[in-house]
Amino acid sequence: MKVQLSHPERQVEIKGPKRVRELLRDLNLVAEAHLVIRGDDLVTEDELLKDDDSVEVRPVISGGSYQ
Amino acid sequence: MNCKKCKIKAVIGLPRHNAAFCKPCFNEFVHDQVTRAIKSEHMFGRQDRILVAVSGGKDSLALWDILLKLDYRADALYVDLGIPGYSATSREKVERFAEAIAKPRDATLLIHQVAEEEGAGIRELSQQINRPTCSTCGTIKRYQFNRAAVAHDYDVMATGHNLDDEAARLLGNVLHWQEEYLDKQGPSLPASVEGFAKKVKPLYRLAEREIAAYAVLNKIDYIVEECPMAKGSKMLLYKEALNRLETESPGTKQAFYWGFLDKQAKALHLPLLRPVASREATGSPEQRVPGSGQAQPASASMAEKDRAVLHPCQICQQPTTADICSYCKMMARAKTGATR
Repeated sequence: MKVQLSHPERQVEIKGPKRVRELLRDLNLVAEAHLVIRGDDLVTEDELLKDDDSVEVRPVISGGSYQ
Repeated sequence: MNCKKCKIKAVIGLPRHNAAFCKPCFNEFVHDQVTRAIKSEHMFGRQDRILVAVSGGKDSLALWDILLKLDYRADALYVDLGIPGYSATSREKVERFAEAIAKPRDATLLIHQVAEEEGAGIRELSQQINRPTCSTCGTIKRYQFNRAAVAHDYDVMATGHNLDDEAARLLGNVLHWQEEYLDKQGPSLPASVEGFAKKVKPLYRLAEREIAAYAVLNKIDYIVEECPMAKGSKMLLYKEALNRLETESPGTKQAFYWGFLDKQAKALHLPLLRPVASREATGSPEQRVPGSGQAQPASASMAEKDRAVLHPCQICQQPTTADICSYCKMMARAKTGATR
């Protein structure tokens, strides 16, 4: 499957099928800090992603000073 | 994974609530959490005019969206920091949102351009005064948002700070035992003296991931890229540490921050009512909560503490603990730095 990542922006190919939870674990990403988006929809951690899926793993954390 | 309420396929799981929701039920959950925050912390009422501090990021745009959908009177202020390759994009996102979502609801967007008033963009300013960009940015934003809220007679200023922001800030303050900052960590800060706007954080009950999910599900077009100036910031490090803990032990962030608020309230002997005040109430023995018509005992509140130490800045008249406020000091140093 095609996986779009940020910071830095890049695309990687990961062998499916694979559950979202496992995908995040394989990418060494913390679930609480990311959303997985397929098309216009969010997918939950137990969703099984197929080999021909395209997903975006979007980081949700922003920082800087505390205003 | 199915929605806890209506049993159809869920779009998001919320381990800290042991729940999962479909899109309509998740939107209801988010609106409910914000409503609970507004009411329990006596933030504002239906008749109050609110100024939302927007940056083009998910939190502030989601906050503006939620307040408008909940039928509050919410305008917004965007501070254009003049960061090359970033500010133009974030401003465009804010302007598009204002046109598509806010304008049809009679809400207005105000814009402050740093380069116009402060004479340079944020990067140049921080170089001139030899201070980290994030701290320069924080001083300018705090000053300009407060000034706009007071100048345009808003009852309250709202920021998009979420549970992760508050928990990370608390962790930073506790790690360095900055006890003097703990007083100001509540979600509702009073307009304690003339020249200070009341400040509230209606998203403090929602995690950053939940707000990002709300933005995605409701097609709010926000700036996903991190501010280039924030790389390596301590806040990001604290958030990362807390999210590792949260993933292993759901509910850690809320237990940490909400637990702190409970202890703070108990310490003030105001178990349900944190001190709040309106500008009109300054100096009176009782403080009115804007829009609620409710009176509260002042006691040894934050407002009283503020009144004891704050007075007008000799240059701009905004409240400060020193003779000259940090913004005016900074601008004076920037002028000297620029001419060197």
